[in-house]
Amino acid sequence: MRTALRNFLSPTKLVLRCGGISLSRGKSEVSGTAFALLFAEMVQYSHNRVQSVADLHQKLSELGQHVGVRMVELLFVRERNYKRETKLLSILLFVKGTLWKSLFGKEADKLDRATDDERTYYLIEKEPLVNRFVSVPRDKSSINCAAFVAGIIEATLNSTGFPAKVTALWHMGTAFMIKFDDTVLVRDRQLEGR
Amino acid sequence: MAVSGNYYFAIVGHQDNPMFEMEFVPTNKEPKKEDHRHLNQFIAHAALDLVDESMWTTTSMYLRLVDKFNECSSKQVNKQHPSKTSASLLLCFLRYVSAFVTAGRIRLICLHDVKNDDGIKNFFMEMYETYIKVGIVRFRHSICT
Repeated sequence: MRTALRNFLSPTKLVLRCGGISLSRGKSEVSGTAFALLFAEMVQYSHNRVQSVADLHQKLSELGQHVGVRMVELLFVRERNYKRETKLLSILLFVKGTLWKSLFGKEADKLDRATDDERTYYLIEKEPLVNRFVSVPRDKSSINCAAFVAGIIEATLNSTGFPAKVTALWHMGTAFMIKFDDTVLVRDRQLEGR
Repeated sequence: MAVSGNYYFAIVGHQDNPMFEMEFVPTNKEPKKEDHRHLNQFIAHAALDLVDESMWTTTSMYLRLVDKFNECSSKQVNKQHPSKTSASLLLCFLRYVSAFVTAGRIRLICLHDVKNDDGIKNFFMEMYETYIKVGIVRFRHSICT
């Protein structure tokens, strides 16, 4: 089975040829089966070291953050031609479009803003790749292994200067709830006023 | 390679922590008696606030000159006492501060005493790419600290 999981594992591969890394676009895809195996091990590893569901989410999110901080710099060089993002909406679109495309080969399904809270956004993905082979135990139905992807999003937002907390929920598939820090909204309003 | 002009380069992380620093001084000149090189770190640190402010006004990574040290004062002295420019030795110590902010908010700071916009830009670009190549290695723990 082949899945469009481009560049996902490339940091590991790159270690082997660290001296001659090229920053230009690599169109390499990773085998979905291999990824599923690796991810299953990651979930199991985390699961053996936690007491609660919240801890498991936290642990997976931490693993994802390693991916996130590394993807940011690379993607802005590869896809964004050395231009940073300064607006809240454009960084969200970056996550929905550019980041998602390079990780999963497609854009995320939907981006919504919470009606009652302007700090909160929902990024909705009906079938996240990481959940394709995960069956959730019936007694712990709140487990969502997409917490790993939530970690990637969180690290992306934090390192680009939009501190936020991202959690993975079950809602229309999987929804990533992105809750921005107050400072982000204040700054965004100031920038708009200019 | 002969270096003309004094340069000081630093990479600064998220907590204003220096991650790397290096000085480039002309190799052929004899060291001056009065040396103010120790001020480099102070000037770079003082410029960080200005960098943080201007990074949100533009989407480009290269911010050009963000700060100057001593420029006005040396000009004023020139006008008032044309012959006594060296009234204070410190006034000879002119520094421009150029900055580059990466997508992940890592700040590259360069102090220089001659204007060299294109050269510094190219240098920043090259340093940025090297930084990514080092930072992307999975087995390095965190690249921000």
